[in-house]
Amino acid sequence: MRITTLGDTALRIELGDQIDEPTHRRVQAALRALEAARLPAVSELTPAYATVTLFYDPVGAVGAGAPAAGVAGWLEARVREVLANPPKSGTTKGRTVEIPVCYGGDFGPDLGVVAAQADLSPGEVVKRHSRAEYFVHLVGFAPGFAYLGGLPKELATPRRATPRTMVPAGSLGIGGAQTGIYPLVTPGGWNLIGRTPRRMFRPRENPPTLLSAGDRVKFRAITREEFAAMEEGK
Amino acid sequence: MITVLKGGAFTTVQDLGRPGHQRDGVSVGGAVDGLAARVANLLVGNSEGAALLEMTLQGPELVFEEETLLAWCGGGFAARLGAEDLPKDRPVRVPAGGGVAFGAARSGARAWLAVAGGIDVPLVLGSRSTYRRAGFGGHEGRTLKAGDRLPCGAPSEWARPVLAALRNSPRTGTAWSVRPETLGKAAPEGTVRAMRGPEWEWFGAEAQRRFFETPFAVTKDADRMGLCLTGPALATAKPREMISDAVNTGVVQVPPSGQPVVLLTSRQTVGGYPRIAAVAAVDTPRLAQLRPGDALRFEEISLATAHELYIGRERDLNRVRAGLARLTG
Repeated sequence: MRITTLGDTALRIELGDQIDEPTHRRVQAALRALEAARLPAVSELTPAYATVTLFYDPVGAVGAGAPAAGVAGWLEARVREVLANPPKSGTTKGRTVEIPVCYGGDFGPDLGVVAAQADLSPGEVVKRHSRAEYFVHLVGFAPGFAYLGGLPKELATPRRATPRTMVPAGSLGIGGAQTGIYPLVTPGGWNLIGRTPRRMFRPRENPPTLLSAGDRVKFRAITREEFAAMEEGK
Repeated sequence: MITVLKGGAFTTVQDLGRPGHQRDGVSVGGAVDGLAARVANLLVGNSEGAALLEMTLQGPELVFEEETLLAWCGGGFAARLGAEDLPKDRPVRVPAGGGVAFGAARSGARAWLAVAGGIDVPLVLGSRSTYRRAGFGGHEGRTLKAGDRLPCGAPSEWARPVLAALRNSPRTGTAWSVRPETLGKAAPEGTVRAMRGPEWEWFGAEAQRRFFETPFAVTKDADRMGLCLTGPALATAKPREMISDAVNTGVVQVPPSGQPVVLLTSRQTVGGYPRIAAVAAVDTPRLAQLRPGDALRFEEISLATAHELYIGRERDLNRVRAGLARLTG
């Protein structure tokens, strides 16, 4: 297990280098173990595909006994202690969530790019994308943004060389081997292939995110008319 | 209660952010320069994490209904209290009905205005920070505009005698001041200190050398999320797709264009571009003051040095805290 730094206030704990469910389970197990350990000076633990990032306050760590010249080493040793004997973790049972998407057109300006990359027709890209079942590895980047695994290999498309400064909310994109929906208007570098009328993030509801890590997702292709009807009905 | 006459270019309610929700993709946010916000709050007797106003490039115009204490820190904004100058970095008494007008930033980009008692907006996910991209927190999840009314909390035990002393003084503000810029050991002008990032090794020797030797310029794409820079292209040794991973404030990402992006407090929680470096936490205040066209150089330091600087700065802040406590103690 490799532990590296992410600036002077975070440590990255690497639990693999693949996007797959065994890695996801190791990440979740490490996250639960570190949460239960309540290490001093830790402000937040953030899971990603293959890492848990631990955010800390260097002054708090010194207050808890870390040597001023070796804060990161001291914290790393605490982390290794905790993870050497992690508590047994069951698998969390996720739900299956169906998300309607209107593919192509103005909603998916990069559908053609993905199709060209895959040497398929745009229609075939839509068929393959909506036939697959996806797994939520993590929620991050923006509120409610779910990183999905399970994209058919042939649809993988490199990120755009220059990110768009504004991606509309609900946009469905492909970035490398990853696919997901932008919940808000944000900058973003993924290829946009469609849009959903569903809201991925609602700050005053509990939970605030439509998708959680561990969920399974199916996309259902809808027409522009269905999109408009669902958008009005929300 | 504060009434907003003019919102300014981009004025929001902020505190020290909402850590703990990054796993839902919720940005930590909070004041871009947490140190200036903490000092401004201390200067009016608030807890360091009280909600205050953050202004950008062009400040707001405000009317204070009740007599109160305020303090502002940060960039060099034109600032008036009625017909007089509104002095910076110290407690200032505003009479009931007093008007405060900030103008344009003559230097720097942002400033923080604290009011005794703090801005009393509702907590959302544990913080009063405005998360504008997501449309929640702060005042209605957005920047301030004319006609907005902001409730304030009650001034603290510390604020009341300071206010009373100023009421009987010909001065609007105290003779002494605390400048957050003087806390800790500053980097040379135009420079921020940084450590190598997790993907440092992905970059070729030429890109690594350029990163710490060549100045970059801030482009027009500069906001609370981050600063897009322009300069020598930084290429990875061979093209690689990265598995998206956590980022941190101060992290420098390099998208395939080769032009780096420095992340600020409203950054995303996860990113997919190689992280060549990370700016030391003590130098985020400097990043907060950069505006389009400004030059920026990165100076390499070790993690141990970064921690030493951070701990030293917090020690200085402790002295300020103790000094302020003695004032009314």
